[in-house]
Amino acid sequence: MRHILSLLMENESGALSRVSGLFSARGYNIESLTVAPTEDPTLSRMTIVTSGSDDVIEQITKQLNKLVDVVTLVDLTEGAHIERELMLVKVSAKGADQREEMKRMADIFRGRVIDVSDDTYTIELTGPVTKHDAFLEAIDRRTILETVRTGASGIGRGSRILTTG
Amino acid sequence: MQLNGAEIVVHCLREEGVEFVFGYPGGAVLNIYDEIFKQDAFRHILVRHEQAAVHAADAYARCTLRPGVCLVTSGPGVTNAVTGIATAHMDSIPMVVITGQVPTHAIGQDAFQECDTVGITRPIVKHNFLVSDVRDLALTMKKAFFIATTGRPGVVLVDIPKDVTQAVCEFEYPQTVEMRSYKPVESGEPAEIERAVELILSAKRPMVYAGGGVILAGAAERLAELVRGTGFPCTNTLMGLGAYPATDRQFVGMLGMHGTYEANMSMQLCDVLIAVGARFDDRVIGNPKHFFDPNRKIIHIDIDPSSISKRVKVDVAIVGNVASVLGAINSRLKSAGRRPDAEALANWWAQIEQWRSRDCLKFDRASPVIKPQAVVEKLYEVTAGDAYITSDVGQHQMWAAQFYKFDKPLRWINSGGLGTMGVGLPYAMGVQFAHPDATVACVTGEASIQMCIQELSTCKQYHLPLKIVSLNNRYMGMVRQWQEFFYGNRYSESYMDALPDFVKLAESFGHVGMMIERPEDVEGALREAFALKDRLVFLDFRTDQTENVYPMIPGGKGLSEMILV
Repeated sequence: MRHILSLLMENESGALSRVSGLFSARGYNIESLTVAPTEDPTLSRMTIVTSGSDDVIEQITKQLNKLVDVVTLVDLTEGAHIERELMLVKVSAKGADQREEMKRMADIFRGRVIDVSDDTYTIELTGPVTKHDAFLEAIDRRTILETVRTGASGIGRGSRILTTG
Repeated sequence: MQLNGAEIVVHCLREEGVEFVFGYPGGAVLNIYDEIFKQDAFRHILVRHEQAAVHAADAYARCTLRPGVCLVTSGPGVTNAVTGIATAHMDSIPMVVITGQVPTHAIGQDAFQECDTVGITRPIVKHNFLVSDVRDLALTMKKAFFIATTGRPGVVLVDIPKDVTQAVCEFEYPQTVEMRSYKPVESGEPAEIERAVELILSAKRPMVYAGGGVILAGAAERLAELVRGTGFPCTNTLMGLGAYPATDRQFVGMLGMHGTYEANMSMQLCDVLIAVGARFDDRVIGNPKHFFDPNRKIIHIDIDPSSISKRVKVDVAIVGNVASVLGAINSRLKSAGRRPDAEALANWWAQIEQWRSRDCLKFDRASPVIKPQAVVEKLYEVTAGDAYITSDVGQHQMWAAQFYKFDKPLRWINSGGLGTMGVGLPYAMGVQFAHPDATVACVTGEASIQMCIQELSTCKQYHLPLKIVSLNNRYMGMVRQWQEFFYGNRYSESYMDALPDFVKLAESFGHVGMMIERPEDVEGALREAFALKDRLVFLDFRTDQTENVYPMIPGGKGLSEMILV
């Protein structure tokens, strides 16, 4: 099953490689990993999307918690949460028909065209990972020139807050 | 007080009460070595290879429960130390490893003797640091000792660039350290302890399975209180030998791949299992599916949550210091006013005694060639069971574990997790430094001993009167045994050809060498060697080439699927 783990860790050099090294050393799956400092510059917030059996996920969370740099960790998928990813797609947009069709598809998926050239559009989409998968399925595959995805970031709904305490 | 980085390192080690630093100098640590020259708070022990520095510091920690400290230079100093670091890490040994690094401005420039120390060692340490500013040095050293010695102990490495050892700052050693990201638990959950007590009281076929965690927590007495108070059988893992006295009737021997018949059968067929500071690793439970029994309840006490339900699912998980948790369980059992079912326990013991009567460790005592088991038995007799025994890795290690009856913790020093050939001699050095008046013997084989043989020179320099008991069968014995059992007797590259004359080799280093070929000479040779109180003696026992370690559970098989002699 797919899980979204969200963690706060010390913003130290090498902290990211401790996490990624743990996943490769123990053979855990990693779908995506995003990390950036928080409003407190000494802390980084990391979102890891992974998958595995309940036993494997239990080990992953225990092993992550064991890392000395990890302050707190939550499995967002255990409760109500929001997941967002940013995707940038550069597509071929030649001629009126193709340009019209691509604009229409972007609108349907609530995407925005953020860069235009004579024969390309760059479309920005924000949303859950599944929506972006659907968008890539929906458009003509041959028109895709480049796809850049950030991987999911997540946050708990309502009063579900991850703190250092 | 204004100090440079090198002075700060030395001051920190003094503040931590460090007795010995095992090391080897080199370019990046010359400033630190210059400060070591000027002080007398601790002794520096010069080894002949960095790997041995780490092993010796590791052994010092294993036999004292104080953190071992070693110091090596950058680049090859670090890469040579890697085997030692991984060895200590796998057995959760508290250590602080200080490594030199090229100056901060040269990092990443492929400088002379540069390597990415923090990157190379990251997967084999509990934590590591690169100190890029001298103002962080004292706090980093404090954190290193704190992390190494608390929670599940482990290795912490501090990498210090050469310019940081020259830079000056105000020094004050922090008395305490607080880390928001690292808060090891101590006492167990009371509700879980309560559930454990209920299970213990309800047991009809109980079993206590104790590992290295009991030794590391200094909890042997509390374990004995639990085992004696309940009358339950107890087994120890390879790392746990000495946690419960081996000569006690309630001890059923070591368990696992080369464990006793009675220990493995009791483990498989018990109805309540109390696992203490042990981790159900693959050399104990080779096949978790075979081990699984829905009617068996398992209580698991361990300081590390990630060790619980990793290979074997448990029913009651108690995360905490095993000494603290055992103390709580013992006092709850005392006040419970109930006892486990005495009749059921008597029946269980009758079954265990029947297994014990199988005498699974028997060997041919009338053999015309020296049996390796007989040498360890005699070693036990000659040292009155009171020596510190280190071993290398292989058949001799298993025979030492099976036949030297450890009654006390901290006496059995070996590489259980990583299984590192070559540790035996540097381990014996570390133990002898920690306990200068103690009897220290290294049980080894002719293959293992050659992996760190250069340390005979260190032993000469520091007059270490170790006794090296080499069970020389001219084979890598355990490899040969597997090839006999599982590879159709094809002894691929496991024969030790062109061996040195170990007697002359020992003598060339200034030690005493003895070669023993006949069974009737074993005891006399051992007595003669141990009577030489101030000399290192290398005993080259020519043992049976084809002897195997029994019982044996083949890899992936169940506990009750032993090969018996």
